[in-house]
Amino acid sequence: MKIAEGLLYTKDHEWVRVEGNKAYIGISDYAQEAMGDIVYVELPEIDEEFEQEDTLCAIESVKAANDIFLPVAGRVVEVNEALEEEPEAMNENPYENWIACVEMADESQLKDLMNAGAYEAFIAEAEEE
Amino acid sequence: MFPYIPNTDEDVRAMLDRLGISDVDQLFSDIPEALRLNELLAIGAPKSEMEIRDMMHKLADQNLSGYGTSCFLGAGAYDHMVPAIIPSLVQRSEFLTSYTPYQPEISQGTLQVIFEFQTMICELTGMAVSNASLYDGPSAAAEAAMLSAGVNKGSKILISATLNPEVKEVVKTYMRFRSIEVVEIPEKDGHTDLDAMKEMLDPEAIAVMIQSPNFYGVVENLEGVSAAAHQQKAHFILMQDPISMAILRTPADWEADIAIGEGQPLGNTISFGGPHLGFIAVTKKLMRKLPGRIAGQTVDLDGKRAFTLTLQAREQHIRRGKATSNICSNQALNALIATIYMATMGKEGLVEVAEQSAKRAAYLKRELLESGKIKAVNDQPFFREFTVELPKSAKEVNQALLENGIIGGYALTGKKENQMILCATEKRTKDEMDHLVQVMEAIL
Amino acid sequence: MIQYDQLIFEISKPGRKGFSLPADDFTGIEVSNLFPAELQREGKAELPEVSENQVVRHYTNLSNKNFGVDTGFYPLGSCTMKYNPKINEEIAALPGFTCIHPLQPEESAQGALGLLYDLELKLAEITGMDAVSLQPAAGAHGELAGIMMVKAYHDARNDEKRTKIIVPDTAHGTNPATAAMVGFEIVEVPSDETGGVDVEALKAVLNDEIAGLMLTNPSTLGLFEKNIKEIADLIHEAGGLLYYDGANLNAVMGKSRPGDMGFDIVHLNLHKTMSTPHGGGGPGAGPVGVKQRVAEFLPKPVIMKEEDRYRFEYDRPLSIGKMKGFYGNFGVLVRAYTYILTMGAEGLRAASEMAVLNANYMQARLKEDYILPFDTICKHEFVLDGLKCVSEIEVTTLDVAKRLLDHGYHPPTIYFPLIVHNALMIEPTETESLEILDAFCDAMIEIAKEAKESPELLKNAPINTIIRRVDEVRAARKPVLRWVKEENHG
Repeated sequence: MKIAEGLLYTKDHEWVRVEGNKAYIGISDYAQEAMGDIVYVELPEIDEEFEQEDTLCAIESVKAANDIFLPVAGRVVEVNEALEEEPEAMNENPYENWIACVEMADESQLKDLMNAGAYEAFIAEAEEE
Repeated sequence: MFPYIPNTDEDVRAMLDRLGISDVDQLFSDIPEALRLNELLAIGAPKSEMEIRDMMHKLADQNLSGYGTSCFLGAGAYDHMVPAIIPSLVQRSEFLTSYTPYQPEISQGTLQVIFEFQTMICELTGMAVSNASLYDGPSAAAEAAMLSAGVNKGSKILISATLNPEVKEVVKTYMRFRSIEVVEIPEKDGHTDLDAMKEMLDPEAIAVMIQSPNFYGVVENLEGVSAAAHQQKAHFILMQDPISMAILRTPADWEADIAIGEGQPLGNTISFGGPHLGFIAVTKKLMRKLPGRIAGQTVDLDGKRAFTLTLQAREQHIRRGKATSNICSNQALNALIATIYMATMGKEGLVEVAEQSAKRAAYLKRELLESGKIKAVNDQPFFREFTVELPKSAKEVNQALLENGIIGGYALTGKKENQMILCATEKRTKDEMDHLVQVMEAIL
Repeated sequence: MIQYDQLIFEISKPGRKGFSLPADDFTGIEVSNLFPAELQREGKAELPEVSENQVVRHYTNLSNKNFGVDTGFYPLGSCTMKYNPKINEEIAALPGFTCIHPLQPEESAQGALGLLYDLELKLAEITGMDAVSLQPAAGAHGELAGIMMVKAYHDARNDEKRTKIIVPDTAHGTNPATAAMVGFEIVEVPSDETGGVDVEALKAVLNDEIAGLMLTNPSTLGLFEKNIKEIADLIHEAGGLLYYDGANLNAVMGKSRPGDMGFDIVHLNLHKTMSTPHGGGGPGAGPVGVKQRVAEFLPKPVIMKEEDRYRFEYDRPLSIGKMKGFYGNFGVLVRAYTYILTMGAEGLRAASEMAVLNANYMQARLKEDYILPFDTICKHEFVLDGLKCVSEIEVTTLDVAKRLLDHGYHPPTIYFPLIVHNALMIEPTETESLEILDAFCDAMIEIAKEAKESPELLKNAPINTIIRRVDEVRAARKPVLRWVKEENHG
């Protein structure tokens, strides 16, 4: 399992890549592995606004639907439309294939997230349980 | 012993021995004493097949039906011809006695039928995607409204006054519990008042629902409805009779987002109102919001074409509290009937059914108006039903018709109590219609 | 035999026809004059063009690719795949039942109304309820009507705080989906170590925001809820209503009644308990029964009997409204009525007793080779938690199910209830013989042996079916939901 450096992570296995006041959101390698073959990503709409921890979208595998929670509040400014045709890209390369990008409403919320090292420790702990 | 329970006393003893108990009742010892039923249910003693047949024939005979009765009622259930091959094929027990096709390896029959059904519904409606069917037309309308409520933001749905009242009622039930207000668009000359609709549309509307041919039989001209709805980010839901789609503009032609309808006219018997089937078809954009079962094509491990239930992540057994709908089943057997019907009638036959129905209805209306006692209430184009004004209450007229072995039309009530909606399908012969005209002449 | 693999569209040829309609004797009336051009369809729907006998052969061939109760053993847990008697079909096909219009004058349909009325009485007696509506079209639909009544009941008392419905973690997926459709929030309560509702956990969530509890009894684990009386009292004391999901009624007919257990609302699945055919996924029928204090909220219309005459009553101001067109799936109701008359009180009780005996017998035979998480008396079904043995390669419940196909059986329900991770839920019903039960258990035991000795047999299964395992990922990723002409010629 891979954990990419330079990203921030949530306990629900989303990752955030910060670029200025924009945050790109994706799911971790651990998450895609747990979901199995991803068959569809229900993308949010541009301009939609969300609070922190709101359901941003859902990712579907054959036998499950997983809600993706937004790590930081904000307004959706970009969505990765390529995923509509190629949802398997999230299985193949979870850190390259972001889902959506939000313009952050409150950058201080980033401090609630884990860095790669903390996330690795979090997973190790969860696995032990 | 009971004919549907094969185990003998000896079998029962052998099983009890294996379990180390002496009496079946010991297996019910987990039911608290106070909750155990110690007497027989008051539902009567078992009956033999002959007794059952005798009893049930007597009940069936108390209903006016079959040959010698001409039925001019439509209003949501239509007396079209049912080809002879339907009952025989539908009784194939491999179709009849199977469950929902969860195991595709041994359910390719049902799955392929659903795939063919979906294809035919797409062909008829012109829409991109159909599901495997819903309970009936009215509940399909309610499910369509629920779909819109899930996708669009807003607090109300506009439904046309010209919708079938059964449909209105069911939509209102579902919407009441979804906290969406149902607002009726008024009618004008038997047609949805489209100017009023445009004024009523605002950002609070989640959808506009219209029926055509509508409850009165009128074929509506829906130019501009879709554009007006879309401007307010509302869906256009069009309920349309499937037979009419053979010759009339389709939901896709009117740019509907959701097409729904009652599938009963496609080879299903009326059966006192059910089981029938509803259909729902949508644009590609709404594909993953469809309620209910959907079959898709794929391949098996050897690369052979195969069918399976798909897009299941929408459904209740996966999404649970977040599912599009709680619906589990479809009306598979009724959809099978509809599929066999559409295959049998085919490209040309369905057109002929539609044309003959329309012509017969036109003939009947013309003949009824001839006497001068019966008047048209509008001169809108109509399909196989039309509304007329009688010199007295339609309910009274129906009583008189019944005495002559005729089941009359739908009697409207209130201010319209003298109006009747009459229906003619390809099954109504010229003789039957001429007889109706004569009897009307005599009783009015 | 050569395997048939065509779609109806692929045997179509222009010029063929399968229909026969009388000659059109309405010369002088032209369709083109009836509708203005802008209302007419351009071009025809591309329906198939096939002869009648081709249609017959096509669908007969398709039926051969299906497995039904008439084909073989179908122990699909929670679905009650019992025999569907043929007399039911004969009776339901009588023209006096199929050729009647729901809106024809009531006096011309007294036989139909009388049948419905008596069926309501009988179902009320079987469930111990006061009134029944036959309108809902299926179990999930009945459940929806039931939960709408829960809402309407509290609304009528201006008790608007009650926004939550409790469901146990063993619940069927429809339970939370239904509650959500009616706008309720869902509170899940865990099961205790005996598989029943954890009463202490239940107490902890009870307050004046609880509208009700949805329960199946016996539960989806096939176990009778021993604390049902206490649970009912707790819910009632908290001001909530108790809802009974009738999926498992086949275990207790004539033995115990939901009404006596304290339930306020029940729904039944006539296509399970009352032997009407499942038809490949429908039609079903999902009547709802209620106690008197909920009766005024039943769907409308209701059937009234006045002297010897039956009529529909629409004046029901507190009714939740209509759930579907007309009065329910009448054809299904005729079959269920025929079944209840055939079985009578003694027969229904015997059916439940035999269903329970069959399940317990199978449970006893299978627990050596499969994990039995709750080793106790079961009711009409029981749940195993996968294989006991450990093989070199991982063998799953799905593999066991697929291998059963090779042995000629429909597999049990798998991976449900969710709290049993490798669940195999087995429901034999009363209509199977000891020989069949033994043969199935032998097959299950044989499969357990194979799992240890040659697990690849399970991994590759099925091999005896007309197709092998299907690619469900492909079906969902690149959905092909209709046939398209070009694609198949390309």
